[in-house]
Amino acid sequence: MTDTHDTRRELPLGLARRGYTGIIQHLSAKDAGSALSDIELESRLIELGFVEGARVEVLHEGLVGRDPIAVRVDNITIAVRRREAMAIIVA
Amino acid sequence: MELPLLHLALVGTPNSGKTSLFNALTGSRQKVANYPGVTVERKEGFFVTPQGRQVSVVDLPGTYSLRGRSPDEEITRDFVLGKATGETVPDLVLCVADSTNLRLTIRLLLELKRTGRPMVLVLNMFDIASRRGISVDVARLAKELGVPVVTSIAVRKGGTADLLALTDEISAKLAAELQQENNWRALSVAELRATQREADRIIGDCVSLPARPDTWTARIDAVVLHPVGGLVVLALILFVMFQAVFAWAQPLMDLLNNGFDALGEFVHATLPTGLVQSFLQNGVISGVGSVIVFLPQIIIIFLFILLLEDFGYMARAAFLMDRIMGGAGLHGRAFIPLLSSFACAIPGIMATRVIDNKRDRLTTILIAPLMTCSARIPVYTLIISAFIPAKDVWGFINLQGLVMFGLYATGIASALAVSFLIKFFMLRDFAPAPFMLELPDYKMPQLKSIAIGVYTRAKMFLHRAGTTIFSMMVLIWFLASFPQPPAGATEPAIDFSLAAIIGKALEPLLAPVGFNWQIAVALIPGMAAREVAVAALGTVYAIEGGKEAAEQIGSVLATKWSLATALSMLAWYIFAPQCASTLAVIRRETGSWGWMAATFGYMLVLAYAASLLTYNVAVAMGAG
Ligand SMILES: Nc1nc2c(ncn2[C@@H]2O[C@H](COP(=O)(O)OP(=O)(O)OP(=O)(O)O)[C@@H](O)[C@H]2O)c(=O)[nH]1
Ligand SMILES: [Mg+2]
Repeated sequence: MTDTHDTRRELPLGLARRGYTGIIQHLSAKDAGSALSDIELESRLIELGFVEGARVEVLHEGLVGRDPIAVRVDNITIAVRRREAMAIIVA
Repeated sequence: MELPLLHLALVGTPNSGKTSLFNALTGSRQKVANYPGVTVERKEGFFVTPQGRQVSVVDLPGTYSLRGRSPDEEITRDFVLGKATGETVPDLVLCVADSTNLRLTIRLLLELKRTGRPMVLVLNMFDIASRRGISVDVARLAKELGVPVVTSIAVRKGGTADLLALTDEISAKLAAELQQENNWRALSVAELRATQREADRIIGDCVSLPARPDTWTARIDAVVLHPVGGLVVLALILFVMFQAVFAWAQPLMDLLNNGFDALGEFVHATLPTGLVQSFLQNGVISGVGSVIVFLPQIIIIFLFILLLEDFGYMARAAFLMDRIMGGAGLHGRAFIPLLSSFACAIPGIMATRVIDNKRDRLTTILIAPLMTCSARIPVYTLIISAFIPAKDVWGFINLQGLVMFGLYATGIASALAVSFLIKFFMLRDFAPAPFMLELPDYKMPQLKSIAIGVYTRAKMFLHRAGTTIFSMMVLIWFLASFPQPPAGATEPAIDFSLAAIIGKALEPLLAPVGFNWQIAVALIPGMAAREVAVAALGTVYAIEGGKEAAEQIGSVLATKWSLATALSMLAWYIFAPQCASTLAVIRRETGSWGWMAATFGYMLVLAYAASLLTYNVAVAMGAG
């Protein structure tokens, strides 16, 4: 029997709805479809504190297509477009 | 023996308080605001430590790393690495951290250590951290990081005392210390990740975070960032701002107006009729005075913008507008530069340095002059007050304020449309740029920095009135006064002047849009700055009016222009590239005469087309 926490489904943060909380599992820039190169996108996300193990919470959503989102990462708030947030895999 | 100048550099993540610290240390008044990316230039200042050491300190744009992804971050990287030509490398780097948010700065500091420069970690905003119950084991942090650590409160008197003492202490040792080698190179993703892990570990050991986050920010954001409510709030803020510009400023403007009228009459009564009297009354008082009258409005609009900036609203507005602007092909970071352009396009264009992508940056620069800058306010207000009745619609909205709001809205809409067209025709294959922006916690606006900000803008406005506008006025007065009419001429004297000759030569070109020769001649010096046109009209009509004590320019226009001409003039000023300084900045920031010419060209075409349309529609509707 596994712990219930381990069975939480992994999903990209780009699909999470307002109120979602989770822990970053890993970054996967190549599936995100951002205009940035994979390395550049991953570097920027890390530079803003999106690293494995960080707690994230989706605080706010924009109006059009629920985009962008405002994400609490530990104790700062970052606004990102969902397209870039697709690179952040959370559970 | 005189010790050599000690060189300090302020480096840190955006919005950590570097510029506040710079101002506190050097007594400067550089721009401070509560959003990331305020500083986009290198600024040097000087101070003397308590022990008498002469220090030069350089304020730099904030950055999350030394990779230099955008023009502002490149400035910081080049300075820290000593790549900037003709620069000395800093003797000591002050790494400035927001104490409530150490993760990103500590990672940056670990990266900076590789440059081998002596360094100090400054835990700024320590007042906020203490209030939130964050406690930092400073001694342990210093040991773990291997650099001295000091706390500071940049916005409080005496809040930098510890830093000053430490600077003295370190500067005594610096010469003895061996210069370390610069091992910096851009970090790979794996290294970046490892550095962030290390930073998180150190923070876990040295910093205790409380369970009470900033509840105020959360509560305000619940309203302000609500998908629908947030946009309503944004529209409301802008709307109140334009209403205020009209309603609140009016009493003060009337006071100034009456003052200048009295002054004009006094000059008229005391001086003998002649050139000196005409110069003072028509050139200086009717010309320059007609611009100075708008000072209260300028102050009010800046007060609003500065309050919003210092409170922390700007980044939220960028969040709300992101998708709407993205639809027009604009980069998410373009919002703040465009909003700054409401004050003046020049700082707005400079602020585009935070945009990493070259083409996105260029698009933003090209459309920034379409945002309604404060220099248009005198032109708009003058015409609106003269032609639009000051009645209320639906009981509570001032019609004049509503028209003003409409002019701003048209400016914004056309900027978005131009951006859309640029993307559509020129940069079609281009994927949407990313948007990542830190939303800082709200801060109580600092009364002192708001006061300084308003004062600086007011001073700039008056300075311009005294220099650019004054010299243009001298020119206009001269053109409108010479040559003097031959003896016995029956037509008004001004009809013989150079101004009339030039104006009438241009008139055929501008007649289709409803402009008379007086407007044509006012538009030429109006190239220097938009508000000059108001002053120029003031002078031309004052001279034309002849001997009587000058009437207020507004009432003159109301009798000389048709409504269609007035509306056409408003349309012209939404678009026309009537500002030489903006064009110069575009040339500098794009490094190209071509882009400058392109901006000038497209704005001129839009202005002419808009005026032509407005005039003809208005005439057709019977306003000719
Ligand atoms: N309470 C408090 N507020 C501070 C302190 N230092 C700076 N601030 C505020 O923090 C905000 C950001 O300050 P700035 O000095 O503009 O920050 P910066 O690091 O120069 O920012 P960038 O130029 O964008 O990189 C402003 O609203 C300041 O008033 C401090 O020690 N205490
Ligand atoms: Mg700054």
